Amino acid sequence: MAEAMIEFQSVTKRYQGGQPAVDDLTMSIDQGAITVFVGPSGCGKTTSLRMINRMVEPTSGTITVGGEDVTSVPAARLRRSMGYVMQSSGLMPHRSVLDNIATVPRLNGVSRTDARRRAQELLEVVGLAPSLGKRYPSQLSGGQQQRVGVARALAADPPVLLMDEPFSAVDPVVRDELQKELLRLQRDLAKTIVFVTHDIDEATVLGDKVAVFGVGGKLAQYAAPEEILRAPANDFVASFVGRDRGFRHLAFSPSDGVTIHEVSTLTPAELEHDGGPPDGNWNDGWKLVVDAGRRPLGWAGPGRATGAGPVMVPGGSLFRKGETLRRALDAALSSPSGLGVAVDAEGRVAGVIQAAEVLAVIEAGRRVRQGAL
Amino acid sequence: MDWFLANSGQVFTLAGQHLALAVLPMVFGLLISIPLAQVARQSKALRSVVVTASSLLYTIPSLALFIILPTIIGTRILDPLNVVVALTIYAVALLVRAALDAFDSVDEDLRQAAVAMGFKPVARFLQIDLPLSLPVMFAGLRVVSVSNISLVSVAALLGIGNLGMLFTSGLQRDFVTEVVVGIIAILILALLMDAVLVLLERLLTPWTRAGAAPGAVAARPHAGSGASPEKTGPAAAAMRLSDAQAGGGGA
Repeated sequence: MAEAMIEFQSVTKRYQGGQPAVDDLTMSIDQGAITVFVGPSGCGKTTSLRMINRMVEPTSGTITVGGEDVTSVPAARLRRSMGYVMQSSGLMPHRSVLDNIATVPRLNGVSRTDARRRAQELLEVVGLAPSLGKRYPSQLSGGQQQRVGVARALAADPPVLLMDEPFSAVDPVVRDELQKELLRLQRDLAKTIVFVTHDIDEATVLGDKVAVFGVGGKLAQYAAPEEILRAPANDFVASFVGRDRGFRHLAFSPSDGVTIHEVSTLTPAELEHDGGPPDGNWNDGWKLVVDAGRRPLGWAGPGRATGAGPVMVPGGSLFRKGETLRRALDAALSSPSGLGVAVDAEGRVAGVIQAAEVLAVIEAGRRVRQGAL
Repeated sequence: MDWFLANSGQVFTLAGQHLALAVLPMVFGLLISIPLAQVARQSKALRSVVVTASSLLYTIPSLALFIILPTIIGTRILDPLNVVVALTIYAVALLVRAALDAFDSVDEDLRQAAVAMGFKPVARFLQIDLPLSLPVMFAGLRVVSVSNISLVSVAALLGIGNLGMLFTSGLQRDFVTEVVVGIIAILILALLMDAVLVLLERLLTPWTRAGAAPGAVAARPHAGSGASPEKTGPAAAAMRLSDAQAGGGGA
């Protein structure tokens, strides 16, 4: 069991005269893990986050970080010991990217030269070109600005990172990229990260543990994401997680049982001359077009022999061996041939998988779980 | 023209006095308005009191103020200090409003971010609120600069040295040339001051001219899309390129 880094003890926040924004919250947040606070708006998730660095003071209860009551240190010093990333990147428009990243070290009295050198390193850590350091934030895209925001939060190497809906304002493609980047960073850095989002997908992708907040600032369920999808604690969590939680849950199921079949392949040159292996095998006339390194390029349809000339249809998503059932099912369903392309770690074609077989594995898994209950 | 050339020395001296009488109140006004605006921001009630009071100040007729001030602050009627104090009052009247607008123009999210990073209040004010309020503040300063330069000439009625004396003496002697030279000199002075302020603003706010890449603007949902389509071509391509670099570095 991981050690607790941050602990809430009966914490309540009540704004003047109103309902509690956070109601008697008791939870402990693991060290070196990503804990996601998720819930509908007004559920107290952001308030809870902000009580950790005392942007909001609790009405009652105590919060400790590393065993120390947060009220025992001056607020400014406490905040400098925690990285903070917010939705609108919160970058200072009048300072260069580099100086933005260097902010907290500078506040801590690090010399400008040293702080900038560290900032330059961090640009690369978050996957930005070093040349961007001299620009102003307004000259970056939204995704790049969020990366700078993360770099800035990491600059003083704080043990704790607080992230308040950091990726909500960027488009889905960039968000996906930023999420992967965060997970990659976290593998190296092992910070204690508290991450707020209203997006259950984001919560299950990122969280080692997910805390679902309900209306009225009550903690509805606090568990590993897999468990929240599989066994919602109550109707509220079930409805918040959504109807497709079954499909989401597949993202946590191993694909061990899925058989990878052989597939006939041809190169683009062979497709041009239609001189590939004879038809009539089990894959219904579809052939996989691969490059010289056996990396998949697309599918050659059965209609290619009708004289319409060579036709290559772009393939669906790829299933990398060892990935989850969700990936396997997605690869099979998104492929024009009905066959999901499986590749090995180097991206070479390993074979194909069939949707029906993936579904059979899912069904078998369900029966095993039910039998176990 | 002949008159001007013959008396250019005197005109320049008066212009110098005029400038000093206009600029000093502007500086004092700024030094008083900024803390006043900060105080006014503390609560809605304080804010309306300060805004109303400063607007009322501006309604006091300038000539009356020039005459009453000596009895209040105990100066001689011909003391230039009277003019400086009076114009400082007008500057404050205008600048408190401008300073409030200027501080309001600073993004509240950014203030929150600064607090979250561990800025203490004074450091936050000096490093974030103040520099970011400059563009709006300068708009206010330019109004005050023009207003002051024109108001200073009223003080000539009391015999305090400035370009306005060209009006009074021209009128007394029924000599139009002198009045025209006075008008032109004041106009040039006002334009010069404005140019200096614009230049100063450009020097102090380099980030406002860092052309936002259209891609960057589009990526922010709350930012208005100001870029015209025909301008987006090359810059947008550059953005994609740098995005690709970013992705490459992360892989």
